[in-house]
Amino acid sequence: MTGRVFIAAVLAALLAPALADEIPRAQRRSGYDAMSPQTRAMQDNESENPATLWVLDGEASWRKPEGEANKSCADCHGDASSMKGVAARYPRFDAARGKPVDIEQQINICRVERQKATPFAYESHELLAMTAFVARQSRGMPILPDKAAGAAKTVAEGQRLFTQRRGQLDLSCAQCHDDNWGRSLGGASIPQGQPNGYPLYRLEWQSVGSMRRRLRNCLSGMRAELWPVDAPEYVALEMYLMARAEGLRMESPAVRP
Amino acid sequence: MARALINVPAHAKKGDIIEIKALISHPMESGYRVGMNGTIIPRDIIHVFTCDYNGVEIFRADFSQAVAANPFMSFHTIATESGKLVFRWSGDKDFEATETAEIIVE
Ligand code: HEC
Ligand code: HEC
Repeated sequence: MTGRVFIAAVLAALLAPALADEIPRAQRRSGYDAMSPQTRAMQDNESENPATLWVLDGEASWRKPEGEANKSCADCHGDASSMKGVAARYPRFDAARGKPVDIEQQINICRVERQKATPFAYESHELLAMTAFVARQSRGMPILPDKAAGAAKTVAEGQRLFTQRRGQLDLSCAQCHDDNWGRSLGGASIPQGQPNGYPLYRLEWQSVGSMRRRLRNCLSGMRAELWPVDAPEYVALEMYLMARAEGLRMESPAVRP
Repeated sequence: MARALINVPAHAKKGDIIEIKALISHPMESGYRVGMNGTIIPRDIIHVFTCDYNGVEIFRADFSQAVAANPFMSFHTIATESGKLVFRWSGDKDFEATETAEIIVE
């Protein structure tokens, strides 16, 4: 996004009410709703959705034995149906580890602890492909945020990050995504910032990207300092976004402009 | 090999106009971008895409640097007879990919 576009956003944000209110449940909309019919068709039809190329790679690596344990994901989990609904309830609070984990971290936990293999790097083709394959199995299912006792603290932390002003433009996520969704920002329309399609194929990226990449994208648009790629802030924001999106249908892997 | 997704109707009536779709994984690196170390990332694009229907070329496209990654083609033809459609892509770095699809025309 260009600087000029963001200046326009600052003006829009200044005109908006000072206190961000959460979007009422009945008004929650997926980013899909504001897309052109062509882009929607691309998302809906699996043989036209470019993210299917990643899903197929993920499916192949699901069956491939890896690491010192020489076990494949399928050896322990069986076929893809075992992953039905899983991505719709991540990130979740991992009681054994005493911290929240997102779906990518969970995949890497299995790689390291169960397969005795090296973890996939963030944003690597392998991790995106596996995450797309796992998340694909939740397509159409409603988001079920983790309501366990341990989760509440992280959700609250995510909400704090979401409503806190940051960066050179002194904007908060909420000023765009709660207060000004549906309005336009230069050529783009501001979505509600819903997490229900990740990982997704973004036409601008010409690739599949993770939720983390999306968050980094918005942070740099705000001219805020990026947290390191493995920072807990991303998981907290994602966990808040999932709580905020409760009930929305999963679209992974979605397509976005 | 590059992964491709082909969408051809499995059955058609003789004389029907059918839609054919082909998507392939390819970076379509333009050759104009500068990499991390300041050097140009070499061009890596598809040059030609063709579709043959029982040995006869029915569609051809020349690609350029302006085409996005993972190019998606959609075109129409008339279902004339049962047989095989062959899709070919070729480009820089000796890139070659071939996919086939069957169609039954009655
Ligand atoms: C040696 C057996 C084993 C292998 C191999 C294995 N897993 Fe797991 N996986 C488990 C067990 C046991 C759990 C549940 C306990 C836990 O969370 O660690 C689990 C949990 C998961 C979950 C969370 C499920 C949920 O309902 O929350 C996901 C997602 C997952 N694995 C993905 C993978 C992927 C992807 C691979 C291959 C890269 C893989 N696993 C390889 C044993 C395995
Ligand atoms: C200046 C307005 C603005 C701010 C501030 C902003 N975003 Fe965004 N965000 C956008 C726009 C516009 C898009 C749509 C994509 C685009 O055009 O870049 C977007 C897209 C998103 C999406 C993807 C939605 C989808 O349908 O896939 C998420 C999630 C998101 N933002 C979260 C955040 C978070 C979290 C923050 C704070 C760290 C934030 N955004 C800050 C404008 C903003």
